[in-house]
Amino acid sequence: MRGLYAIYRKELGQYFVSPVAYVLVGLFLVITGHFFTVYVVNYATEDQPDAPTWVLRAVLQLFALVFLFLLPMVTMSSYAEEKKRGTLELLMTSPITELQIVLGKFFAAMTLFAAMLLPTALSIGYMWMHSTPAPPFRMVLGGYLGALLFGGALLSLGTFLSSLTENQIIAAVMTFAAFLLLWAIDFGVQAAGGTAGQVLQYLSVINHYDDFTRGIIDTAGVTYYVSFIVLFIFLTVRSVDSMRWRRA
Amino acid sequence: MIEVENLTKAYGQVTAVDHVSFSVNKGEILGFLGPNGAGKTTTMRILTGYMPASSGTARVAGFDVFGDSMEVRRHIGYLPEAPPVYPDMSVAAYLDFVLRIKNVAADKRPARIDDALAKTSLGDKRKTLIKHLSRGYKQRVGLAQALVHDPDVIVLDEPTVGLDPKQIIEVRHLIKNLAGSHTIILSTHILPEVSMTCDRVVIINKGKIAAVDTPLNLTTQLKSGQRIQVEAQAPQEALQDLLSGIPGASRVQLDSSRGEGHVVATVEAAPGQDLRSVVASKIVARGWPLFELRGVSMSLEDIFLELTTDEAAQPQPPSPAAN
Repeated sequence: MRGLYAIYRKELGQYFVSPVAYVLVGLFLVITGHFFTVYVVNYATEDQPDAPTWVLRAVLQLFALVFLFLLPMVTMSSYAEEKKRGTLELLMTSPITELQIVLGKFFAAMTLFAAMLLPTALSIGYMWMHSTPAPPFRMVLGGYLGALLFGGALLSLGTFLSSLTENQIIAAVMTFAAFLLLWAIDFGVQAAGGTAGQVLQYLSVINHYDDFTRGIIDTAGVTYYVSFIVLFIFLTVRSVDSMRWRRA
Repeated sequence: MIEVENLTKAYGQVTAVDHVSFSVNKGEILGFLGPNGAGKTTTMRILTGYMPASSGTARVAGFDVFGDSMEVRRHIGYLPEAPPVYPDMSVAAYLDFVLRIKNVAADKRPARIDDALAKTSLGDKRKTLIKHLSRGYKQRVGLAQALVHDPDVIVLDEPTVGLDPKQIIEVRHLIKNLAGSHTIILSTHILPEVSMTCDRVVIINKGKIAAVDTPLNLTTQLKSGQRIQVEAQAPQEALQDLLSGIPGASRVQLDSSRGEGHVVATVEAAPGQDLRSVVASKIVARGWPLFELRGVSMSLEDIFLELTTDEAAQPQPPSPAAN
């Protein structure tokens, strides 16, 4: 456990020592804050009985879009830098397992992600407390839980892709492309019908989040995301292990 | 402390390490000498648990490097070719991180950090960010992390690269002081380093071991008589023919820069043959004045070149006065 914590601490430290963390958190808050304001101003003053709920839903959906652009940058340098600097060799000749390395890095990425989300809870929370009719609490809860799970899934995918290359930019681009592809599956859901449509619907990363934003917190969604994360953590561990077999 | 038997590592068609066997006793300093690409780094990476061998076994502190990798890693400190440092950390923070991943308890860490900083003369750089250090200092930080957790075995891949002469001497002192309580393997292609610091030397070339012995034995093994230097007053070509014609003589080199018709010739003899008396009597028999005849022992550099040079491409033998 000491190893995992040491890696976690180091990764988190690295995020916050470089401008990366601040830029990402800042950008996220600026974008979501801006649109939150726009939505509130435009729709809360109209005679929309359900405005707060509508605003919440819109913001939560916006989250998904912003994640797509920003999260690749959280994970892009996880492994690329270690390989380039030769520090991966230090980690892999020390008495820690690949799993500890991968989990330490993943938890650090999740922590940064949580740091991005947390401030938005202030404005959403405020709206929830001071609006009538308030959006259902289930929606707030579901929204944030879904965001964490959805973001976690994207981060686990980004981590895996980062472990495949030594180049940060390639990692970021691959991750972004992968995210887009996943989003595209969602379009397939609408196009296809019947069984194919249902399968795609289950597989769609966005779809489950959509349910969460409606306040539907169900085990299928949670299981989906947790399985997704576990799968990509596993693949990352294998990928890291495979570095031992590469040419000196 | 370290036993390597028939260790082999192949990458597809290329065999980087070819049935290498050697052992290192507790407290000994073993030097790994070889040209670039000889297989030194690969062997070290196998020993430190970074990569698995294709076949053969290696044991460190009694633990199998493949079967008990975690145990082996607990007992080893490793400095790879490039110091594995994080630029954004301070020296002390970095060493603390290394101690954590080497599983050293919190109460022991501060003392270990102080100790490592003292040994590598990094005391006043404790709070400096590693990215602000010069190359030589970075190398020292790399050295510090290899010994900070007080491992039984220390593996150093070219530890003095990038250091200035003063720092090199300090590092060699450090290594010599560490011996006894630690077992050390270091690789280098700086020959004097090996003669000065190591108890024994393994010369490795193209993945195969070319020689294993103490530096002293290696240099005196090919004893005087094996190479002869003779100074005579003789026509160069005639002398060349005469000497080349002696059975067992090879690589006859002539140098007439001494002037006054004097020619200095070096003759190498086949192993075990002492050609001194033959050379002397032949020269005298021709009536040429013989001024000097002596056996020249080969320096480690000569042996290194001898053992690691292809038959096809013979370089000029270095002058016996070199080194």
